[in-house]
Amino acid sequence: MSDCKPEEFLAATICRLVLDPAAPTARHVAVGAASPVPAAACYLAQKLGYPIRLSLLARTQANPFSDGTRELFDLTGQGRIDLFFLGGGQIDGEANLNLVGTGEWPGKGVRFPGSFGSAFMYMMTPRIILFREEHSPRVLVQRVDNVSANGVSPPGVFRRGHAQALVTGRCVFRFHPDRARFSLASLHPGETVESIRAATGFAFDAEAEVPHTPLPSEQELALLRGAVCDEMLETYPDFCSRVFNRKQAA
Amino acid sequence: MRLMDLESLAARVPDGSRLAMPPDNSLPSVALAKALIRRGARGLRLVGVPTSGFATDMLVGAGCVAEVETSAVSLGEAGFAPRFSAALKAGEILMKDATCPAIHTMLQAAEKGVPFMPLRGIIGSDILAHRPDWKVIDNPFAEAGGDPIVLLPALQPDFGVFHAVMADSQGNVWLGRKRECATIAHASRASLVTVERVVEGDFLADETLAPGCISATYIDGIAIAERGARPVALLDEYRMDTAYISDYARMAKTAEGFREWLAMHVFETRAAAAE
Repeated sequence: MSDCKPEEFLAATICRLVLDPAAPTARHVAVGAASPVPAAACYLAQKLGYPIRLSLLARTQANPFSDGTRELFDLTGQGRIDLFFLGGGQIDGEANLNLVGTGEWPGKGVRFPGSFGSAFMYMMTPRIILFREEHSPRVLVQRVDNVSANGVSPPGVFRRGHAQALVTGRCVFRFHPDRARFSLASLHPGETVESIRAATGFAFDAEAEVPHTPLPSEQELALLRGAVCDEMLETYPDFCSRVFNRKQAA
Repeated sequence: MRLMDLESLAARVPDGSRLAMPPDNSLPSVALAKALIRRGARGLRLVGVPTSGFATDMLVGAGCVAEVETSAVSLGEAGFAPRFSAALKAGEILMKDATCPAIHTMLQAAEKGVPFMPLRGIIGSDILAHRPDWKVIDNPFAEAGGDPIVLLPALQPDFGVFHAVMADSQGNVWLGRKRECATIAHASRASLVTVERVVEGDFLADETLAPGCISATYIDGIAIAERGARPVALLDEYRMDTAYISDYARMAKTAEGFREWLAMHVFETRAAAAE
């Protein structure tokens, strides 16, 4: 990955999950406020020629929501958002997310900002891709201290979908809602099953042979640095400056 | 048209009032929040619609707040909200954690004047376990029975507080597509609005302006506050002042630094305006 930044690698990795032919087609994807890597992944899918409607909450120019911030949730409630991204201060082996904080409710240890829309979006979106770059035992825990949004629901509770995958700075996990467990799908460069086990607080399944996460192709890198950056410059100026070394015109 | 100065607008808010405010990706009235600090407001109950940002952290730090009901409190790229986090840890504020669509839904119930509205999702989240005012029933329309769903009580704030681009001579305000502010105005008993400017005419008579307008019906007081959303962006008029927010985030890490910041950016501004 000598000439490829970690963010570019992760964006290309998430892009492949967005386009996964085994998953239901993502026609309309929404991306939350502080999510430049997932946004880059979705723009990359668009620039590769896939007809995806992409709604960025953080967009300052031409924001797609003209009926207030509730519109995202109304669309999702109806099932009109096919894919969304979530993260967490803690994520556990059953794909529960904690965005509230550690220790006693409501975060008497370290308070995180809060749950945002996760308690709704996780259950009402057919596909969720979890993304958290930090892959350490303090983030990927056996059991979250507090549940902002639950990974699986009991039978009879209305739910459209689950986590499709968890992408970190070290690997890609697949989630299996039937057994509420992750399995190791691919290893980023330099990682082994053992190094992932050492950095992960929860138990997960792994086949005897785990493939490596592919590097971005020349075409993907060129698109990320060109057409994708063009799209993102207005909304994510700091990200574009840091990752693509491109400054916004004054 | 109830035009008044900023400090008089703040004086309209009694201690203990419940205030609904939009976050930093919308149009918070940072100017009115600062005026509330100057007036020494106490016991405010803030509702973040649907989350909270800079203005909430400042009000909490200044000791104006008893309760925060919101889905998140954050300074965005500048990180966690320092005074909010400190007050929560010290047990100085009551935190009512929600999730974004629940805040919208509770306000929509108040807009309609109905006692509650249902919302999907949430079941299984610890948010629900800590909200005794939220209830779960079986969907009465489910033919096969079962199908649990959350009911949320109507939430009627005493005041909606936000910033708008402009007011007209009729007391209507215009803020474009930030329609969460309309939800706030419709649901609240009254709204107090700061604006960049007041213009002649009637926005409701203009088909292109009317959809981005909130009618005077909902608005109890308007004050002119130029750059009243600062450091938050105002549509295409001015951008987010990220340096101002990171400066705040750095100083507000400690109670002492925060007091210094207040002296410079909240109390000094009135002294300067009075000169």
